[in-house]
Amino acid sequence: MTEALVRATNLTKRFGDFTAVDSVDFTVQPGEVFGFLGPNGAGKSSTMKMIGAVSPVTEGELSVFGLDPATDGSAIRHRLGVVPQENLLDTELTVFENLFIYGRYFDLPKTLIRERIDELLDFAQLADRREDLVDPLSGGMKRRLTIARALINQPDLMLLDEPTTGLDPQARHALWDRLYRLKQQGVTLIITTHYMDEAEQLCDRLVIMDEGKIAAEGSPRALIDGYTTREVVELRFPVGHEVGESELDGLAKRVEVLPDRTLLYTDSAEQTLADLTERALDVESTIVRRATLEDVFLRLTGRSLVD
Amino acid sequence: MAAPGSALVVERHARVYRRTWRGSVISTFLNPILYLLAMGLGLGSLVDDGGGSIQLDIPYLNFLAPGLLAAATMMTAAGESLYPVMAGMKWSKSYHDALATPISTRNLVAGHFGWVTVRILFTSVVFTGMMVAFGAIEIGTALLVIPPSVLGGLAFAGPVSAYAAQLENETGLAALFRFVITPLFLFSGTFYPIEVLPDWMEPIAFVTPLWHSVETTRAVALGIDTTWAPIFHYGVMVAFLLVGAVIADRFFHKRLVV
Repeated sequence: MTEALVRATNLTKRFGDFTAVDSVDFTVQPGEVFGFLGPNGAGKSSTMKMIGAVSPVTEGELSVFGLDPATDGSAIRHRLGVVPQENLLDTELTVFENLFIYGRYFDLPKTLIRERIDELLDFAQLADRREDLVDPLSGGMKRRLTIARALINQPDLMLLDEPTTGLDPQARHALWDRLYRLKQQGVTLIITTHYMDEAEQLCDRLVIMDEGKIAAEGSPRALIDGYTTREVVELRFPVGHEVGESELDGLAKRVEVLPDRTLLYTDSAEQTLADLTERALDVESTIVRRATLEDVFLRLTGRSLVD
Repeated sequence: MAAPGSALVVERHARVYRRTWRGSVISTFLNPILYLLAMGLGLGSLVDDGGGSIQLDIPYLNFLAPGLLAAATMMTAAGESLYPVMAGMKWSKSYHDALATPISTRNLVAGHFGWVTVRILFTSVVFTGMMVAFGAIEIGTALLVIPPSVLGGLAFAGPVSAYAAQLENETGLAALFRFVITPLFLFSGTFYPIEVLPDWMEPIAFVTPLWHSVETTRAVALGIDTTWAPIFHYGVMVAFLLVGAVIADRFFHKRLVV
């Protein structure tokens, strides 16, 4: 059996009276992409900072590479690649200088850093911006540079906190592609996100976090199969014609009434649509889709992921 | 031990400086020229001609220049310990960035002291060079005034960076210059011996490092005795340096490790 890269038992983080992370357990195995999915304020970033050995554990146990972050923080960070939520780049310096200075923090030899910068700039599709200042780069480019920088020490484990928040769809897909390549190279990734599509696309396994606690754990497929039906029928009613749940009785296994739409969870959307037509309700629009992690989150917490 | 990481932090400061040096280098060269001209030669011609209550047997320029040198290293140390520290904590967050790597908060503090030493050494060398050019000091003696002036500057690095480390916004930065650094500059014996001040003001100079820095730097420059035994003057500066380093270490840790 392989030793877990990260193992947390009753891991807790408090800031004064506020409990950000409330006694969570999880393990991350080598080679997997592990996700923390949850809304803002769920405790994802606090957990990441503890794994990153920058934020002390309040209670419980945490080991990273079999080491204790409290006593071996520097040794742990030596093997980590960290992509924080904000791009903490030196905007007065060039792309090259940013990578170089970061590499020096790991005490890497200068010739080795130069070699790696060439490779990483290709990887990040920034080779032609090498001597440019960071400030005018686009959001997507800065994000890719931050990821390239985190790879300068060839980390065994990468921590990516909200890697695509604030990026346009095209930049997000470009970034997912880069992360996918890392996964194929065998780099272990831990990702936090509040985008269910990102979690579904990238993660082998994830935990759903809410209010500092882990609500569920599993692969995206297993979570969807375990907590929701295969298909969802989304209904929108004309304004002022809200339909009560009683009128929808028997149409689906489960009904969720949201402010802007109503969700019918069913194993057969076809059957549900046929039944719906029979009842002749005043429906403005109907969408059929497969269930996602968003539905799992809704089921578990009664709330949407993104407000 | 913390040593290699701290050296890497100094290296980082130097690399950033290589790109941003222009503004500060101009003031490093220009300030001594302006002050030595205006105060040393301009005001000095009046002092030397007039009959003040304290008679100098040397030109005012020669009396003033070591005081200005001591004040210049203080200014550089304070400047380097305010805005860059605040930036590292809050604006560019370069400290947070470094802490994701093997670098520790102690490395950041030690690296800060290392970099401030480099900067005030540069200030001191340039300033004494100007003093030689103005004829305020001999070249041989000029080399000897560098150590006490650098020590005097370093005495400010700890307290000022600790102060900056806990600030929430930048109004506190200007306030320190307005209410601490500038008054010290004016009332710590830079321009005149503190004995001419009202008696109640003198003790304030005793407990602030600049007066001790001015005393020792001037004593070496003019070959005269210090007001107190040299060991007391140097002791106060060393105490500020060491206690300041410990306090800065605590404040950096408190702010950055949460």
